[in-house]
Amino acid sequence: MKHDGRWWPEASRVRVFMPFPGVEVPHLCAQCDDYPCIGSCPVDAISVDETTAVVVDREACISCGKCIEACPGSVPFLHPGDNKSTICDLCGGDPECVKVCHEARYDALRLVHEGMSANRKHFSRQPLDVARDLAVKLFGERGEEVI
Amino acid sequence: MPRGYAGKYLDVDLTRETLRDVTFPEETLEAYFGGRGLAVKILLDRIGGRWPEVDALGPENIFMALTGPMTGFYPGGRICCSGKSPLSNGTVGSTASSEFAHELKTAGYDGVIVTGKASSPVYILVTDDLGEIRDAGHLWGKMGSETIKIINREVTEELAGRKPVGLWKDPGSIYIGPAGENIVFNSAVMSKLTHAAGYGGYGSVMGSKNLKAIVAKGRGPLPEVHDLERMKELWDEAHRMLIARDSWRRTGTGYGGWSTAATMSSSPVRNWQEEWHDERSFAGPMFETRYWVKKYWADFNCTANCMKLSCIKSGRWKGDITDGPDYEQQAYAGNNFGIFDPGDCIHLSALIDELGHSAIGGANTMAFAAELYQRGLLTEEELGFKLEWGDTEAFDRLARMIAHREGVGKILAEGTLRAAKKLGEMKGVDLSPYAVHVKGIEIGAHGTRSDRDFLAHDMSYAANVQGGDHTSQAVDGHREHSGSVFSDSGVFCNFCRTSQELAFEIARAITGFPITIDSWRKVNGVRIVTLQRAFLMMGGPDMVWTPIEDDENPPRFYEPLPNGPFKGRTTDRDLVVERRATYFETMGWDERGIPRKETLERLDLAELEPSMEKLRK
Repeated sequence: MKHDGRWWPEASRVRVFMPFPGVEVPHLCAQCDDYPCIGSCPVDAISVDETTAVVVDREACISCGKCIEACPGSVPFLHPGDNKSTICDLCGGDPECVKVCHEARYDALRLVHEGMSANRKHFSRQPLDVARDLAVKLFGERGEEVI
Repeated sequence: MPRGYAGKYLDVDLTRETLRDVTFPEETLEAYFGGRGLAVKILLDRIGGRWPEVDALGPENIFMALTGPMTGFYPGGRICCSGKSPLSNGTVGSTASSEFAHELKTAGYDGVIVTGKASSPVYILVTDDLGEIRDAGHLWGKMGSETIKIINREVTEELAGRKPVGLWKDPGSIYIGPAGENIVFNSAVMSKLTHAAGYGGYGSVMGSKNLKAIVAKGRGPLPEVHDLERMKELWDEAHRMLIARDSWRRTGTGYGGWSTAATMSSSPVRNWQEEWHDERSFAGPMFETRYWVKKYWADFNCTANCMKLSCIKSGRWKGDITDGPDYEQQAYAGNNFGIFDPGDCIHLSALIDELGHSAIGGANTMAFAAELYQRGLLTEEELGFKLEWGDTEAFDRLARMIAHREGVGKILAEGTLRAAKKLGEMKGVDLSPYAVHVKGIEIGAHGTRSDRDFLAHDMSYAANVQGGDHTSQAVDGHREHSGSVFSDSGVFCNFCRTSQELAFEIARAITGFPITIDSWRKVNGVRIVTLQRAFLMMGGPDMVWTPIEDDENPPRFYEPLPNGPFKGRTTDRDLVVERRATYFETMGWDERGIPRKETLERLDLAELEPSMEKLRK
């Protein structure tokens, strides 16, 4: 909504995968300390802003998909509208998702200021891998077989 | 095309293996809206006067999975399944909560209309502006969880291969389990393992068409709305109301298993022989503390969060997963089987869902069989096992037996009414006193005898065009039209209802249609329900209803309650007669409930006059 002005789940920078009912996996950029996506871009369309967020220059992007391959979690995707690489930019430091989560009274999301850390990269995972772990956490042994 | 709609419907003929896009005129959409309303209009246009000859389980029936303009915008979007019902021979707007609805709209379709019959098992895949029929041989016979797992993997891999845009998110789907495949008349259209469009028996309609599933994956935005800024404000208002319902969000209906029975005495116990119990082993916290692995669960854009997710992690039913169980499943897979252990109830709920039974309809038939066993009218020899109340293993076997049409399961697979007729004829006994249904549709877990239930009263089911459906009942010929008839056509969840005023304001902001509560109470809703009544009374081919005689509660509701705080009470027959007559009059139907000529003319349904004239006599 913030970026596109429409209800557009597939354009959201926070995509929620659900390979099995109840096993929902929010999937978004983890801001790795070494930014493999930036190094992979053949046209230097990807950079980092002062908030450590990844920013895509949509004019420069050639939709080659190299950043998706380079990302350990395959987080970037080509936007269903302009087909350009799409990555969470933290809304310039004031993320809309955190604001609406608070306004909606869920308060499941919170903005946490923390320094750069090698741990960040561990959050960049394939959704199916995360789902396999979550399924076991939710369903115990049965979780091993549902994904 | 008005706002709120994707703009087209996918029309699939499975016999000819053809797919085409169809649209409806704006005035049709304004009048019938979507979901339940539009479905009955499509049936009028395509079947109309031929209704009595059309076999609900034949290729000429039409199966529809329709969204509405509210779907995706108003909290709690659903998909509405409809067509001619093999149970009532009328129609039901049967809805299930599912992201399938939103995937369909973002793929550019407001619904899927299916006719014909595939020569072998298939599923329909809908992606951005494209529909296709795909082989489902490898899915046939699979339980719900396996079906979901295979479809999600297969479709995401296929789409990623076709269009490398990064990871593809999982599609949405509706599907049938073994019960639907084997044409168990009251089987459900399933989604998300535990969600079901249960009333109407549309699982068997899909099964009769060899249609295992419809899968949708859209990458587009939801449609444009008429007034986006107003819509945002109104959504916030709806959300504020829904999120403030703290108690409702915390328990959902998952605390009803004990309280509906113990405090209202309106819950089915041992096939409705009783409606009261005070088994505190079955109270909400007994489910919550041990089994709820998610206390707040919701589908896309639902802010009511009434769903709970349960999993059994140890013991003999280890690995069973179900949502809730919500009240209906607690009642029907619990007290109505004489079961008062939460784990046993979760096991049977999970099994019933995996098999694709309707948790109300299928379980009602199972309890009907158990009462016959209790009375010696169905024997251990006929069943192959003992079927005592409270015996979880026995009900487990019975659920599988019906789903696979094994032994006497073949007869029970036709639903409570038809099984009662067939078994009764075989045995030379009238089994109707034990069959708890109205016009073939098994009754929801809300009895009318105590008159303390929050939903069901005297003629709620007796006069209902959707029979025993507790989600949309006959109320007073006014309120339900702007309530459940509107939400089923909208298509959104009854549990996300805020106020009718707000829902209509949102409807206007989305579509721009000048519709009001008043217009739905006087025209739109009346038209939809009148059409449903017309089809219901045309009936056929296997059964036709007798006006008044069949506009009645099941005999059981006139037996005195045997125990509890309302011991001795029965449904008030005089009140049923009086209020049913008032309801028919309010609707503009004659004293036998046949729509009057002037009513048909007023509602632009004059084409039905020849069919109604035959029924008037």
